[in-house]
Amino acid sequence: MNSIRVISILLSGFLYLLFQILVLKNLVLFGTAFCFLYVTYIILLPLDIKTIPVLLISFFLGIGVDLFYDTLGIHTAALLVIAFIRHRWLLVLVPTGGYEDDLQPSMLNMGLGWFLSYSVPLILIHHVLFFYIESLGTDLFLTSLQKVIASVIFVLVMSIIVQLLFYRRRRGI
Amino acid sequence: MLFVLLEAIAISLIVSNNTQQGSAFFNSSNELSGSVFQTQSNIVDYFSLSSVNKSLMEKNAQLLSELEALRKPADSIFIPLDTAMYATMQFKGAKVINNSLRLSQNHLTINKGSNHGVRTGMGVINEQGVVGRVKSVSRNFSTIISLLHTELLVSSKIQTNDVFGSTKWDGLNPQQAKLMYVPRHVVVEIGDQVVTSGYNSIFPEGIPIGTVIEVKPGTDTNYLDITLKLDTDFSKISYVYLVESFQQKELDSLYQSTGISNE
Repeated sequence: MNSIRVISILLSGFLYLLFQILVLKNLVLFGTAFCFLYVTYIILLPLDIKTIPVLLISFFLGIGVDLFYDTLGIHTAALLVIAFIRHRWLLVLVPTGGYEDDLQPSMLNMGLGWFLSYSVPLILIHHVLFFYIESLGTDLFLTSLQKVIASVIFVLVMSIIVQLLFYRRRRGI
Repeated sequence: MLFVLLEAIAISLIVSNNTQQGSAFFNSSNELSGSVFQTQSNIVDYFSLSSVNKSLMEKNAQLLSELEALRKPADSIFIPLDTAMYATMQFKGAKVINNSLRLSQNHLTINKGSNHGVRTGMGVINEQGVVGRVKSVSRNFSTIISLLHTELLVSSKIQTNDVFGSTKWDGLNPQQAKLMYVPRHVVVEIGDQVVTSGYNSIFPEGIPIGTVIEVKPGTDTNYLDITLKLDTDFSKISYVYLVESFQQKELDSLYQSTGISNE
């Protein structure tokens, strides 16, 4: 892994953070559908990044988002869980022939069906954790459930759009 | 191992941030996020100028008419009865640079901080009604707990019969809140105005909170279940006033020495 690649990965994380806090923070559809697009960034990190760097990246990304959302630690806690189980989940879903080393597990590289089965559980876990920690101590079970479901759908649609617009299919396949 | 460590840090941050007032560093009032929000609001503000102007005009007209009523005729004299009652509150204007209303614990950020005399615990209102309380302060920015925060209680009373209770948001609809601890024998009419009680000197007396739109017996055997429509439109807040009370310190120390907890 050369340094240009490292920098471009970190830079794209920074762009996700900026986009999240400046634009998506004010975008809540129907009062229930939040768009936590930064989760997509962690999900789409290339496979050759080991769990420990992923954990560190998600810690700082989570803190950054938390700072601006005034939800200190909640985004971080939810994002860290995803970063932790991402690698194991990828091993469960390994296709015949295995992964290539520096593959990006995106929809363009792996197909829509595989991408959905990979990302939906991760996004769902993140959102369930976030909304239930956030409303801890209140009796808002159904409201939070509504928010979780609406947001998961919204984030999925947004992440597919972002991949179609900004990500490249792997050349040579 | 690293996961456990980082997760533990995150959880300890959540727990430490849960206290209502405190000077946490990691929130939107620190200089970095404050200046980002300031830049953003400098750009976005132009789009809301006309509605801001309109609300300021309305407030101005209301204040002018009140001033007219207070103006003394030329042949009258004025004898102050108790000068201690004068000017117990002072107001400071500030601009909202960040706002949320869809979470269950919402906050605002304003562009005034300790350099401008903002302190934690101060009340925040706008021309429509109550907005919230200051949570933490940095030099140039402060974070405010919005009234739309499931843990903020505002001491309030029903204007027509002076019965008092506490207003609390239930986390569902950002235009509605609950008035709690109103006993069952009280007659509450739909359309009654609910205002701040002025008991704890965070807010002056009589700042509007909302109007009663629903009264139900409720599940609690002692208290009514009252729903308010909030007067403050939280989706359109752009300027707020901070309430500085000169009696706050004295009242607090009195409460403390007598063992009465505030709120």
